[in-house]
Amino acid sequence: MSQPVLDVHKVARLARLDLTEEEAVQYQAQLGKVLDYMSALERHDLSDVEPTQHAMPIYDVWREDVSTAGFTMPEALADAPRKSSDQFLMPRVVEE
Amino acid sequence: MSLAEESIVSLRKQLLSKQITSADIVRDLAAAIEKNNPTIGAYLSVDVDAALKEAEHSDISLPLGGIPIAIKDNINVLGQPCTCGSKFLAENYTAPYNAGAINKLRAGGAIPMGRANMDEFAMGSSTENSALGVTRNPWDTERIPGGSSGGSAAAVSSGMAIAALGSDTGGSIRQPAAHCGLVGLKPTYGRISRYGLVAFASSLDQIGPFGRTVEDAALLLNHLCGKDGRDSTSLDAEVPDFTTVIGKDIKGLRVGLPKEYFIDGIHAGIRASVNAAVKQLESLGAIIEEISLPHTDVGIATYYILAPAEASANLARFDGVRYGHRASNVSDVLDVYTKSRAEGFGPEVKRRILLGTYVLSSGYYDAYYIKAQKARTLIRNDFTEAFKKVDVIVSPTSPVPPFKIGEHKGDPLAVYLEDTFTIPPNLAGLPALSVPCGFVSEGGKDLPVGLQFIGKPLDEATLLQAAHAFEQATDWHQRRPSW
Repeated sequence: MSQPVLDVHKVARLARLDLTEEEAVQYQAQLGKVLDYMSALERHDLSDVEPTQHAMPIYDVWREDVSTAGFTMPEALADAPRKSSDQFLMPRVVEE
Repeated sequence: MSLAEESIVSLRKQLLSKQITSADIVRDLAAAIEKNNPTIGAYLSVDVDAALKEAEHSDISLPLGGIPIAIKDNINVLGQPCTCGSKFLAENYTAPYNAGAINKLRAGGAIPMGRANMDEFAMGSSTENSALGVTRNPWDTERIPGGSSGGSAAAVSSGMAIAALGSDTGGSIRQPAAHCGLVGLKPTYGRISRYGLVAFASSLDQIGPFGRTVEDAALLLNHLCGKDGRDSTSLDAEVPDFTTVIGKDIKGLRVGLPKEYFIDGIHAGIRASVNAAVKQLESLGAIIEEISLPHTDVGIATYYILAPAEASANLARFDGVRYGHRASNVSDVLDVYTKSRAEGFGPEVKRRILLGTYVLSSGYYDAYYIKAQKARTLIRNDFTEAFKKVDVIVSPTSPVPPFKIGEHKGDPLAVYLEDTFTIPPNLAGLPALSVPCGFVSEGGKDLPVGLQFIGKPLDEATLLQAAHAFEQATDWHQRRPSW
């Protein structure tokens, strides 16, 4: 494995996470150490091995198409941090 | 003795013979919580009135009728908080539905009572990562109870719960059970519906029970398992009555000892306890065999790529839009996401989201994520081969006793390495159980040691049979902490 290069600022942008400069420095160091440890995977030849996604091989899962009651609008909105006119309220995304 | 300190089986007998009522149990628990929770910090919240109301209407004729069960705070119970130990969900989230496991438990007559503390979003092995409070080990209050289901374990261990539910992604039921002197069971992946369990790593997470005895764990398991159409990974497999194996002997049971699990770095006292436990199993008629799980050495690296990768995707739903924390000083939509998450998540959650995002990002996906999935295949194959020779595998649950609160602050890797023996069963989807097998003395305090049994897929029954035979031949499970 090539030497891992984790640009913590870039990854934080991808993860939609604001970091303080102090956090960035700390995580850069800690995650660098963790990634170094990941080189353990080089100990075994993995070239011809099939990847496992799930421990139990489950493929197409079907169920009867029966309608059941879902949340009512008030229930769905009950935990909303901000709401207005029976909708989740967010900052404007469309230019005027 | 307070009813809060008894087993489910004992309380059920007293309920059926009308010596006590369910409300008596709830009241004794409430008294124990008032007395002990300020020190132990096992619960984040308890709605005693709601539990009393349910107790008064409980149907004692059901197998778990009238028995209150503590619930880890990442399993949704309608109308109750579900904080996941996070500031993100602490203030304004009330569960709008019941988890599948809660529906099952209620159908069995049990009463969900109390929300148990945990590492934030189940990320941790000490419960120190909870943003909402410290949980202490009842055996030594300067030490961690284990984690991530540390609140569930500490509640049962300190007599504040009869039994509890936890969730286990890499050892989060078995390790705190070991550290607190309890029985903890992670069932086969898919045995119990994950619907309503706040997702951490979906291909690894499983709900499971904590009990004071193996029989209690078996009884609880009976009322948790089964196919749920709302979790496509839940298995449509027959659910046996797990209590029927209780009391069966283990003559001729083939027990495997993986040579890779008995390595340097295991605490000497734990090694001695586990060796004595193996001798005990042998004296009960088990046939002990050395086996090999040759890819054990990549378990942790595999796990700490796959679990954060899945977590980074799962935790994307916490964006401040529909529930949970929303930052107030925001200028646009992106700001809502990035600031709400920055304010709502604690350091370990941020670390794992970053790690997971990185290993899934363009250019690193093949180097980390795919490689880890391949290593997962090797680990699973190891177990498949081993189970051609043996019926169960035995190991220490944790290589070390519970550490002191704050001891590993700032060194996450040191804590990750303690999951060496508990992670492989999650990667392979296998059932595994921890049962008390001794004590080690540290700083004048006796700390419990756990023995892990790992089983074949869907063979929880054999684990429970072996653990019960062992438990009945020893008295480790009868000791109680005094703090």
